[in-house]
Amino acid sequence: MFRNIGEIVLLFWRTLLALPLAWRQRQKVLEQFFEIGNASLLMVCMLSFFIGGVISLNFGPTLVERSFANILGGVVGLGIARELAPVMMAILIAGRIGSAMAAEIGSMRVYQEIDALRTMNINPVHYLVLPRLVAITLALPLLVVFSILVGWFGGALVANYQHQMDIPFKVFFANMKDLVALKDVANGVFKSFFFAIIIGVVSCHQGLTTIGGPRGIGRSVTKAVVNSIVLIVIFDYLLTSFWLLLTRMGLI
Amino acid sequence: MNDSRDQLSGVNLVVRGLHKSFGEQKVLDGIGFEVRPGEIFVIMGPSGSGKSVLLKHLIGLETPDAGEILLNGEPIHSPEIAAKYRLALVFQSGALLNSLTVGENVGLYLTEHRLKPAAEIEKIVSEKLADVGLNGLMDKLPSELSGGMRKRVAIARALVIEPQLILYDEPTSELDPLSSVVIGNEILNLKRRIHVTSLVVSHDRDLAFGVADRIAVIAEGKILIIGTPDEVKNFNHPLVQEFLHADFKREG
Repeated sequence: MFRNIGEIVLLFWRTLLALPLAWRQRQKVLEQFFEIGNASLLMVCMLSFFIGGVISLNFGPTLVERSFANILGGVVGLGIARELAPVMMAILIAGRIGSAMAAEIGSMRVYQEIDALRTMNINPVHYLVLPRLVAITLALPLLVVFSILVGWFGGALVANYQHQMDIPFKVFFANMKDLVALKDVANGVFKSFFFAIIIGVVSCHQGLTTIGGPRGIGRSVTKAVVNSIVLIVIFDYLLTSFWLLLTRMGLI
Repeated sequence: MNDSRDQLSGVNLVVRGLHKSFGEQKVLDGIGFEVRPGEIFVIMGPSGSGKSVLLKHLIGLETPDAGEILLNGEPIHSPEIAAKYRLALVFQSGALLNSLTVGENVGLYLTEHRLKPAAEIEKIVSEKLADVGLNGLMDKLPSELSGGMRKRVAIARALVIEPQLILYDEPTSELDPLSSVVIGNEILNLKRRIHVTSLVVSHDRDLAFGVADRIAVIAEGKILIIGTPDEVKNFNHPLVQEFLHADFKREG
């Protein structure tokens, strides 16, 4: 993976340089955007609901036992907004969309479609990478906001109806309101923006460098997903540290 | 695009002293030839003789170790060439974009470079498809077509560029004899109609002797002979004669 970092950064740079052309490619950006939304919305909903629920289930009874029931809303609220929603959604999208990007571009490469584009003087970065990268960097942060809301709701529902907790919605959300600020949601969205770039660039790069036949395409898909997830987890730590630094400096 | 006769006429292609090795293996060993404007020049040779690598050099997908390729006297790798001359390559596989319809494939060059309004592009696309005998197939997907049809769509896609030089990579491989004749006639028609320079790489003897103005026979990265079809037929070289007269031996 690390051998390819230079190439990945270069591809990202080339795509950045091509950003002014994104408006021309708006049709393709919209297609990709709806593809990502359509393909993932239901999964995002389910995953987020159960993540919220399981956090309540894990922490709720212990907190209730020690008479801290009223802080569960804050624990779920912060955990989901800052960490679980952005990371879990990024991993879901890496598996769902990153793999599709690598497979589609990879098969285009193997079946000479990319060579055909080049002979028509059509830059594959502009034609294939740019719309995908723009679409995913728009879609993932939106999905994360949606995921945060659904996760909170899932947490509240479990806290309310699980017999060991019985925490009313009002108490749950009042505490969440006390502890969770808009900047915590912004933290999650901020991270997801970078995760989207990682998934887009890594997957497109894997697609563009695919060699061999169907086995090569399979290898590229696996690499795209695995490398994306590894980088997401590493960057999660770095970006969280960066966010804390900004907070300490009073910039947020 | 087609506003002057000069722009429509074919270009002169000169290849001098082309060398290319992959590791220890010499693939091109001092290849040199000239294709005159409007000429159909066929490069023949057995599989593994370096034909495809030569073609990749001509279209700029490979760079030579030594030697030069000139289009109307200018190096083919210079950046201005793409803007100045129109080149098209008909891939062996057709290399149509499988996720686009036939119409979108044929019009891709015009759409991506925004050369014409949508209505006009549609008109040009249906004209070019009619030129290759494929009326009414605009909305089909490449996967719904036969091998011969896909190749003809690839030729139509090349024609949209109004090329001054068309390169064909094994245009009749995988085709039945009737479809091969259709493709061969298409190559001849294009020469008559738009005076395009054509370079055909093929190991199909019937096609080569049927359409060529001149033929080059290549083996082990070297050119054995360049001449008219008659000159090649009568050239007394064991490799050439073996290639031209290879046949089955039936006993009894």
